[in-house]
Amino acid sequence: MKFWKRLMCTARRKSPWLFHMNAGSCNGCDIEIIAALAPRFDAEQLGVLLQGSPRHADILVVTGPVTKKAVGAVKTVYDQVCGPKAVVAIGSCPATTNVFIDSRTLDGPLDKHLPVDVFVPGCPPRPDAIVAGVVKAAVLLAERGDTPVKADVETVVIGDPEACTSCCESKPADGAEVQP
Amino acid sequence: MNPVLSNLITALARFLIFPGLLFAVPAAWFFLWVERKAVALMQERVGPPFMQPFWDFVKLLGKSTPPRPGIAGFIMRAWPLIAVGSAAGAVGLLPVLPASGGFEGDLILLLALLELPSICIIAAGFSSRSIFGEIGSAREAALSVSYNIVFLLAIVSIAASQHTFRLEDLAALPSSPLRWLGVVAILICLPAKLHINPFSLPNAEQEIYSGPMTEYAGPELAMWELAHGLEWVAATGLVATLVAPHIALAWGTTLLAGGLFVALSIAVVLLLSVLAAATARLAIDSSVRFYWQCTLIFAVLAISSALFVRFRS
Repeated sequence: MKFWKRLMCTARRKSPWLFHMNAGSCNGCDIEIIAALAPRFDAEQLGVLLQGSPRHADILVVTGPVTKKAVGAVKTVYDQVCGPKAVVAIGSCPATTNVFIDSRTLDGPLDKHLPVDVFVPGCPPRPDAIVAGVVKAAVLLAERGDTPVKADVETVVIGDPEACTSCCESKPADGAEVQP
Repeated sequence: MNPVLSNLITALARFLIFPGLLFAVPAAWFFLWVERKAVALMQERVGPPFMQPFWDFVKLLGKSTPPRPGIAGFIMRAWPLIAVGSAAGAVGLLPVLPASGGFEGDLILLLALLELPSICIIAAGFSSRSIFGEIGSAREAALSVSYNIVFLLAIVSIAASQHTFRLEDLAALPSSPLRWLGVVAILICLPAKLHINPFSLPNAEQEIYSGPMTEYAGPELAMWELAHGLEWVAATGLVATLVAPHIALAWGTTLLAGGLFVALSIAVVLLLSVLAAATARLAIDSSVRFYWQCTLIFAVLAISSALFVRFRS
């Protein structure tokens, strides 16, 4: 039983499958996600695969500042991902709504609706930061095991959080752990 | 010993040990890795690590599945298991080792078992009641009707020209030009049978989510992945059987026959992976037209010449 648990832990760390969800993004971060999977950065060498169906995914990768139209879709897709699961917010938009802050068409940021595990700030973030964020989420999945997601999850910020605050007012999360 | 009992034990050993589940499951993972790695190398990527399909399988086993109440949920869970069982049975029938037994007509059983996973996929897509699953199933059905005509005609022409429907005899007989024609026809059908590019349209990733597999998650999806890997082993093994063992028989040793079988299977996997990496997905009408207009004429030629050869002799 212990062996099986350790095997499962390793498997979760080594095989993160993504589902990419655009919640009103300008497509900048989406291009960078594709760049992370493309030959130069090649996330598949870490076992990362982009899946077509949310049912197959472990990690929900969200871009965009969560428009009012997208709220329902984001929640539905999050529920469709089978546990154990993690959420990675790509770019400054889902973290803080970025330059679109106070827009009347928005209902962001993302952590108002979903428990976000990893923030990857940047406008857009570099592909290597995205790969680092996804791998961090996979490690979180492996550590968390079968216990369900708690409401007050520890959030992780990949890269420089100041990059995120340079163009908007609020920080992604108070007391967030900063990964150099 | 009672001959029925000994036959049963042999059959079980072939299904469970070699070349059945115990050999075929690691081989399935290995072939899936070879395919992904070959595509990655063609695209100048590093590609997945060696153990990747195994880790994917274990991880999927540990995931939860959405609740599926009632008889519909039970049926939906049953399809991937039937697919795994039939694909493993197809691998178990392959005459890998010389003098491995078999019976008259096992070629027909092999064809039926090879066809079952594809029928399971069609049924699974419809029983999942997702529109993407239904579109994928409809495409799979249309594609299956197209390539199966060519596939079956090719195999029947090989069998008819060699006067036997027994796999072991077929493997042992000296080859004829007709057999090579049949092998080429089978190779043309394999990309459609294995759902790889350019005929990946039933489970067209991203385009219709994941086709028939859209609603499957966790252990059920793991079983589908395993069934797909076993299909790889069975289909490439069939080609290797038709090409190789009579060469190995001439050389004589059992070990060599097994090794040559595996090497040829890997060669076929590499060939198909290169094709998959080099091509893009065709639309359904182009795929169906390819099989009905371009390939069928050769299959008809093959079977008519096989029948001609047979009646002349």
